[in-house]
Amino acid sequence: MSTRAAPLLEASDSSYKLRKAKDRLIRGLCVAFTLLALVPLFSVLYYLTARGIGGVNLAFFTELPRPVGETGGGMANSIVGSAQLVGLACLFGIPPGLLAGIYLAESGKGGLAKVIRFTADVLAGVPSITVGVFVYSLLVLTLGRFSMLAGAVALAVLMVPTVTRTTEELMRLVPEQLREAGLGLGLPRWRVTLKITLRTALPGIATGIMLAVARVAGETAPLLFTAFSNRFWNDGIDQPVSSLPVQIYTYAVSPFEDWHQQAWAAAFVLVVFILILNITARLLVRHRVKGR
Amino acid sequence: MTRHTDREYARELDLLRERVLLMGSKVEAMVGDAMQAFHERDTQLARATLRADHEVDQLELEIDERCLKLLARRQPVASDLRFITTSLKLVTDLERVGDLATNICERTLELSLEPPVAIDPRLPRMAQLAQEMLADALNSFVQSDAQRARAVVERDALVDAAYAETFPALTQRMVTEPDAAQRLLSVGRYLERVADHATNIAEMVVFMVEGKDVRHTFHAVRPMDS
Amino acid sequence: MNLEPAEPVVTAPTPKVKAPSAPGGAEEPSAPEVKLSAEDLRARFGTTQVLKGISMPIEARTVTAVIGPSGCGKSTFVRCLNRMHEVAPGAVVEGRVLLDGQDIYGAQVDPVLVRRHIGMVFQKPNPFPTLSIQDNVLAGLRLNGTRVPNPAEVVERRLRQVALWDEVKDGLDRSGTSLSGGQQQRLCIARSLALEPEVLLMDEPCSALDPIATARVEELIHELRADYTIVIVTHNMQQAARVADTTAFFYMGELVEYDQTDVIFTRPKQRKTEDYITGRFG
Repeated sequence: MSTRAAPLLEASDSSYKLRKAKDRLIRGLCVAFTLLALVPLFSVLYYLTARGIGGVNLAFFTELPRPVGETGGGMANSIVGSAQLVGLACLFGIPPGLLAGIYLAESGKGGLAKVIRFTADVLAGVPSITVGVFVYSLLVLTLGRFSMLAGAVALAVLMVPTVTRTTEELMRLVPEQLREAGLGLGLPRWRVTLKITLRTALPGIATGIMLAVARVAGETAPLLFTAFSNRFWNDGIDQPVSSLPVQIYTYAVSPFEDWHQQAWAAAFVLVVFILILNITARLLVRHRVKGR
Repeated sequence: MTRHTDREYARELDLLRERVLLMGSKVEAMVGDAMQAFHERDTQLARATLRADHEVDQLELEIDERCLKLLARRQPVASDLRFITTSLKLVTDLERVGDLATNICERTLELSLEPPVAIDPRLPRMAQLAQEMLADALNSFVQSDAQRARAVVERDALVDAAYAETFPALTQRMVTEPDAAQRLLSVGRYLERVADHATNIAEMVVFMVEGKDVRHTFHAVRPMDS
Repeated sequence: MNLEPAEPVVTAPTPKVKAPSAPGGAEEPSAPEVKLSAEDLRARFGTTQVLKGISMPIEARTVTAVIGPSGCGKSTFVRCLNRMHEVAPGAVVEGRVLLDGQDIYGAQVDPVLVRRHIGMVFQKPNPFPTLSIQDNVLAGLRLNGTRVPNPAEVVERRLRQVALWDEVKDGLDRSGTSLSGGQQQRLCIARSLALEPEVLLMDEPCSALDPIATARVEELIHELRADYTIVIVTHNMQQAARVADTTAFFYMGELVEYDQTDVIFTRPKQRKTEDYITGRFG
């Protein structure tokens, strides 16, 4: 036995080297393509920063846009408008998304659940401009004007499927044993769902919602048909409102060099906002987990 | 009975059974040889039997060891537990029977130095009864036969009665031939004890088979000392 | 509570007889108090019959072990005892379970309340990960909306009861999941005890624990026996032999034998029991 074992150990030397080489090759390819994938990402960030940061000043955050020909001015109304739109969208979109997710996770086995799940999946894949057109016919045409309400509804519709599926997935990740523990302690089912399952899944759900918010914050297409744009401060929920993405679009396609500069600055600010939103979400989760 | 799922365990139990049987047959043979040597004043056979006791002692140690290992490593329960604990106790009785056989041989050697004496006719009868009881007890163990074991227990009374008869006759001879009478009386007592040990073994077999402890319950059935 | 039904004792395959008090003892042979009693209990998942009519009285303040091969219905049985079985989709229970003579499957009975009287400890320790050690102990009370007037006292009392106090008293704010497996299981027992149940069901409580942690839990079971009626499911026969007063052997959804633990492990009456506990099973 030992006489055979020794040569076996040594004979593997060449094949061992070959295996090692293959391993290095595959590993190298993985790293190379990862870097390749990161190139566009970082070049976008770099380009935005390089082109946009020059246009960012105090006036950009505090002043209204100036008419064509006048230099200076800012995008204060678009920044506030975007915040309002996203805030309202959260108000409309998160509760139904969250509740639907809870329903799917906790009792989602019947036909109704299948329909909801399928619908959510389809909705998540619908191009955002379609949602814009839908809300246009639903609200803009019936109310007779573009409005913040319509814009917020369009964004909310985009949020719902993401929130629903995130909630469902994360609630499902909560081990069955915890639900059993709750039921075994004589808690009614609804308390188990709220105080144990949802509570355990909450950090993850919060991150998911933050990511959904970040996504809709950058949406342009659905807003073109709904919230439209406004050169001045928004006048009310039933009035058109300016938003950063739409403003970027408008300025970018304009023939004026001055507006192009403003568009770069706005794009830069938008990306920074989304970045902050993402990082906050992650920090929040990490904090929660550690603190508990 | 169905086989054990763990065949190694089954083998260990089988081996234990074999060793106990081997020890039983050796002890049986020792008693037979001792009585033959006693009757025929065969000092050579008596000495051979004395030497055989060593093997029996070794078997006792080995079986003890096997039982302890099985208890520690297998945590036996139910019939296995009863079998192993029975074996553990059974070998003590067997070893004592072996010792009694050597005692008979010692008395035989002592008697062989003196002129032949008249052997009380009740002694061979006792010997025969005790040997039969021992054989039956061991057979009941092998075959897990509780009925046969119970029969052994009941026969103990006969040996006791025979010994009770021998006693006054031999005490009378004490006056004329004190040394011989003393030795014959001892042999009688040894045989009575062999029967007692056979009874113990039989009672253990009943427990092993039925899970019922019948020790100390037969006294009422025994005829009162006659 | 009063308990009339004498018939369940008869329907059990081997009528449970309290071990006679020490021979010659002067003790009055008082009638054993039946705490919990299954009567012709049947359970199924959809069309799969898991329990085929179990009748089994369980005496107050004893430890009863339920043993049997996987799939014999032992887990389902204890889950029926506090109405946890019906929680699973498609699960149906028929028959009766009497707690102090009252049917917990009665039309007027709220399963949620049943579970507060009959606590349960599960196979895998399952403290709530979002709650601290002390909040875990109080979870059953607080999550039910019960105001706990002196929480610190309850926490200390229950943690002492499960012999965990000295190990965790300096870190009551830490997460329940930061404890070792054995500690977590004792925390879960403390959490159940905080609801002051009369019966404690344990579904293989030590199967995820190492031998020392197991010994701790078993020691705890011995202590709890004075005040609680405990039913423990275990696939570890030695554990049943160590902790239980009475042992029930289940096979294919039926109660094969139910007797004093020492009888089961030294001289079982049924061939099936004998074969199972000695390891002669197919």
